[in-house]
Amino acid sequence: MAATSPPIQLEHVTKRYGNVVALNDLNLSVQEGVFGFLGPNGAGKTTAVKILLGLTRATSGSGSLAGGAFGSKGSLGHIGYLPELFRYQSWLTAREVLALHCELARIDPAKWSTEIDRTLAIVGLADRGTSRVGTFSKGMQQRLGLGVALLDDPAVVLLDEPTSALDPVGRHDVREIIRALRERGTVVFLNSHLLSEVEQVCDGVAIVDRGKVIAQGKLDELLGTSSVRVRASGLSREGRTAIARFGELDDGADGAITIRGIDRERIPDLVSAIVGAGARVYAVEPQHETLEERFLRLLGQ
Amino acid sequence: MTMTPALVVARQVVREAARRRLLLALILLTIVVIALTVWGVSRIDDLRNAGQPLPEAQKKTIVSQLLILVMFMFSWVLSLAAVFIAAPAISGELESGIALALLARPMSRAEYVVGKWLGLVTLVVVYGVTAAIIELVAVQVVSGYLPPHPVEFLGFLLSEGVVILTFALMLSTRLAGMVGGVIAAILFGIAWMGGIVGGVGAAFNNATITHVGTATKLILPTDGLWRGAVWSLEPSLVIAAQSGLGPAVVRSREV
Repeated sequence: MAATSPPIQLEHVTKRYGNVVALNDLNLSVQEGVFGFLGPNGAGKTTAVKILLGLTRATSGSGSLAGGAFGSKGSLGHIGYLPELFRYQSWLTAREVLALHCELARIDPAKWSTEIDRTLAIVGLADRGTSRVGTFSKGMQQRLGLGVALLDDPAVVLLDEPTSALDPVGRHDVREIIRALRERGTVVFLNSHLLSEVEQVCDGVAIVDRGKVIAQGKLDELLGTSSVRVRASGLSREGRTAIARFGELDDGADGAITIRGIDRERIPDLVSAIVGAGARVYAVEPQHETLEERFLRLLGQ
Repeated sequence: MTMTPALVVARQVVREAARRRLLLALILLTIVVIALTVWGVSRIDDLRNAGQPLPEAQKKTIVSQLLILVMFMFSWVLSLAAVFIAAPAISGELESGIALALLARPMSRAEYVVGKWLGLVTLVVVYGVTAAIIELVAVQVVSGYLPPHPVEFLGFLLSEGVVILTFALMLSTRLAGMVGGVIAAILFGIAWMGGIVGGVGAAFNNATITHVGTATKLILPTDGLWRGAVWSLEPSLVIAAQSGLGPAVVRSREV
């Protein structure tokens, strides 16, 4: 892999389907670790992954995956991919599906058996290798799909909603698999609308909505802005206007006001502003914003 | 030794047909058809005209026409089976996501499509050759009759199957399996009708109607190929009688 280009790079990528803009001038660069690509359904997450793999062509823009052009054989030889709408050949056994991918991935036939055993063990299907895929539950098929993506220890793994069909145990297993991949130095690109999933495993995050990245960065940076809940009485209209410059105001049902997006260092100034406006302060509760709150707030803007 | 991606895909097509019991179903139904033909042909000896057994020439004509009828059915089975297998061959895998997983491997789209085509052609050729040869041999053993051009017949029959499967596979890259299958089946029927229309035009020396038939043959040559297959099955005697040209044709065909 060329040392100069990052494993995953999208530059000014736009994708239109007729009049519908699926991706709008998308810029992304992933160097290492686990990258979460977050957005509501229909935001363009799957389209971005398909463009990276050359499964669909960008209307405009450029970029690279694993050191090669989108969809080039050089690039596809170093990646693992779990599609979103997964259904594997029902007439094959799990081992046969994996062997088929070993063959297409040009893995040395002498290594197939051990490689298949290894991936089946990782995804927890070691005892179902000789069962027909047609007998598998959706969750087991998703595990198999993850196994297909892990064959031959690829440099970059793209997972499109990897836990959508899994129960809590399965989700936990997938998180552990992703953490293990990170330990080995694999770059993981994780498409998800499940915030908790991303929050627990991702190093970097991009939030995408209607084909545009609306926030991007390290997870703790994105969550760095916090909010504070203030319970006060006698706050005048002028007082509200005065504190609105600290952040976005949100009236709670219990009469408390939440000021969102405020820097922690400015909380004392906020309190003195409220007091200065003639109100009486009963409680000030700084709150750590969850990814979900941040996500919803970004989508609302 | 590793296979090229296209051959890997082709092998999967054959394996799927075997695993999903498609081949088994075809083999069982074909055995039934062949058994019925053999029984039917063996009964010709029992036919009586005014209490007398039929003359050999008449028996031969009946066997030959019966064989054409059965082979006509085979060609339909082969063509429509090819349509039903080819029409969803690619669109089905696109819908299920199987194609996404496969195409994310170092394999071009062309290799994937060619692989599908090779696999389907293998199925059509293996099934067509096996069924037709068994049928021809069985009829010959029972009645002693072998059509004049059996090898050419096989060529025409297989070409018909390959043409329609190629057409259905092309549709499969763009349309849902059901839609592509219906379109291919309807066009197959139109080509058949077009062939009949063209024949009517030729019989009445009507150039316009003849051209309609020729045009449909050029668009989808399945019916033209079937006519070639009939030609190679038809005994010279029948062709001479039907064409009204008499022994000249017979002689030219038998040289």
